[in-house]
Amino acid sequence: MPQQLPNDSVGLVQPATQHFAEPMTLVCGRTLPEYDLIYETYGQLNATKSNAVLICHALSGNHHAAGYHSREDRKPGWWESCIGPGKPIDTNDFFVVSSNNIGGCGGSTGPRSINPETHKIYGPDFPPVRARDWVNCQARLADVLGIDQWAAVIGGSLGGMQALRWALEYPQRLRHAVVIASALKLTAQNIAFNETACQAIVSDAEFREGHYLEHDTNPKKGLAIARMIGHITYLSDAAMGKKFGRDLRSGSFAAGNDKAIEFQVQSYLRYQGDVFSNNFDANTYLLMARALDYFDLARKYDDDPVRAFSHALCDFMIISFTSDWRFAPERSREIYSALIGAQKAVSYTEIIANEGHDGFLLPIARYLEVFAAYMQRVKRSVA
Amino acid sequence: MSTAADIIERWIKPNARVLDLGCGDGSLLRSLMETKNVNGYGLEINYANITRAIANGVNVIEQNIDQGLSNFADTSFDTVIMSQTLQAIHYPHVALEEVLRIGNEGVITFPNFAHWRCRYYLGTRGKMPVSKFMPYSWYDTPNIHFCTVRDFEALCAEKSIRILDRAFVNMKNRTPWQAKLRPNLFAVNAIYRISQ
Repeated sequence: MPQQLPNDSVGLVQPATQHFAEPMTLVCGRTLPEYDLIYETYGQLNATKSNAVLICHALSGNHHAAGYHSREDRKPGWWESCIGPGKPIDTNDFFVVSSNNIGGCGGSTGPRSINPETHKIYGPDFPPVRARDWVNCQARLADVLGIDQWAAVIGGSLGGMQALRWALEYPQRLRHAVVIASALKLTAQNIAFNETACQAIVSDAEFREGHYLEHDTNPKKGLAIARMIGHITYLSDAAMGKKFGRDLRSGSFAAGNDKAIEFQVQSYLRYQGDVFSNNFDANTYLLMARALDYFDLARKYDDDPVRAFSHALCDFMIISFTSDWRFAPERSREIYSALIGAQKAVSYTEIIANEGHDGFLLPIARYLEVFAAYMQRVKRSVA
Repeated sequence: MSTAADIIERWIKPNARVLDLGCGDGSLLRSLMETKNVNGYGLEINYANITRAIANGVNVIEQNIDQGLSNFADTSFDTVIMSQTLQAIHYPHVALEEVLRIGNEGVITFPNFAHWRCRYYLGTRGKMPVSKFMPYSWYDTPNIHFCTVRDFEALCAEKSIRILDRAFVNMKNRTPWQAKLRPNLFAVNAIYRISQ
């Protein structure tokens, strides 16, 4: 618990909830009759409303991107390294909006919400959502906030996919897209990891085909395993080696010692799985994983990324991390190559880092420096 | 008399699509954007340069020329520039082919290793030349493929590359008559406009 909140933090923040009474037709064809979006904002919207940036979260993220909800909070928001006064997304310059996506479990309408038509919990019957649905909901939130055009839409991983989708769905409504550790679509290996995680959840006896809330059960074990699998793929071999090596938490290899051996990495992974399974919803996990699997930016443009990007009007900044094997630098290369093919303004940098996919969340000096340089360019372009 | 940058600028058409391989901090592209309204991209691998190019408002792509340029489509640019880069890459001859595959024209500049000062230094001291202009020692220099005006033109002839224009500048970045008359002896830098 930080007794005194750090000076470079946005400090204490409170989420707000926006209710949308107008139905939202989803990509799948089904309609949400009404829904809530929970969101946070940091910094001040300027008089011309030109300094707003939208943060899009990834699979397990939520609206709480920066700051603390209370002085008792152990941890700040998930992107504290990049959002705050003097940080790359400088809250002295920008008005930052971060919402929890529909289908999430952070407070926006999702599988844990009551279906107003049946008065029952949605559970597994919550309609499948796609990145495009999230983008449409975020656009409505922008309408409510009076933001015609974002200075930038920014996201990492699945969040980066939303930023890409924004550029194609609402080209007039953003000046810049910052796409970090992301991809035009998932690879087979990526879908395979997601499938393994999802199978861990659905094969948990407590999952009850998604109706665990009605049965007062919770597929915690499945969720924990899903998180453990995900976590391994978000780190790199080198990062794990450096952090844990073969260190033992208990037991020993010495003869005559019959105490069970536990590696530090085993204990760490179990802890991560436990924490996650206490806070996350299994149906949301499945829904998010599917949204990731199904995402393919160019699908509705004859599978031609260059044609897809021909619709974009904003400038792009693409960033990848050398040791990221979940969203490898090669995926970012596909993005910027297509953007160059479409003659769009784009810059790209590859951060040398050991931290794997998680690198985009961490305060890596080179990353912060180049990210900040681009955000200052964003600031000048909307001044 | 004009500087190297003036000469390159003259060779670029207004509104051209320009790719600058080894763009440094992007100042050439920045100036071409302002004077010729080019749609430009620069490739660079030096971190400090990339950050400066981003701050300069230039489209900069971190990509190593030596690891291939296959992600750039054939004739997708009007001009591909390679300024003071040829001597620092592993496969200059392959890069030249790539320049003319990707661009309709190429603009290549390189330091001329046959300049009389280099010859004098090597001739009198018997050591690799170190100067204000090329301040590195042989073991730590990024310049691994030095060539001369004659070498370059021989390579162009070998590859049937057409030389459309050439200019030679001296130490002060000017174009004196001596360099025009005897480029291989008096040019510090050579500037070529080439096509297939």
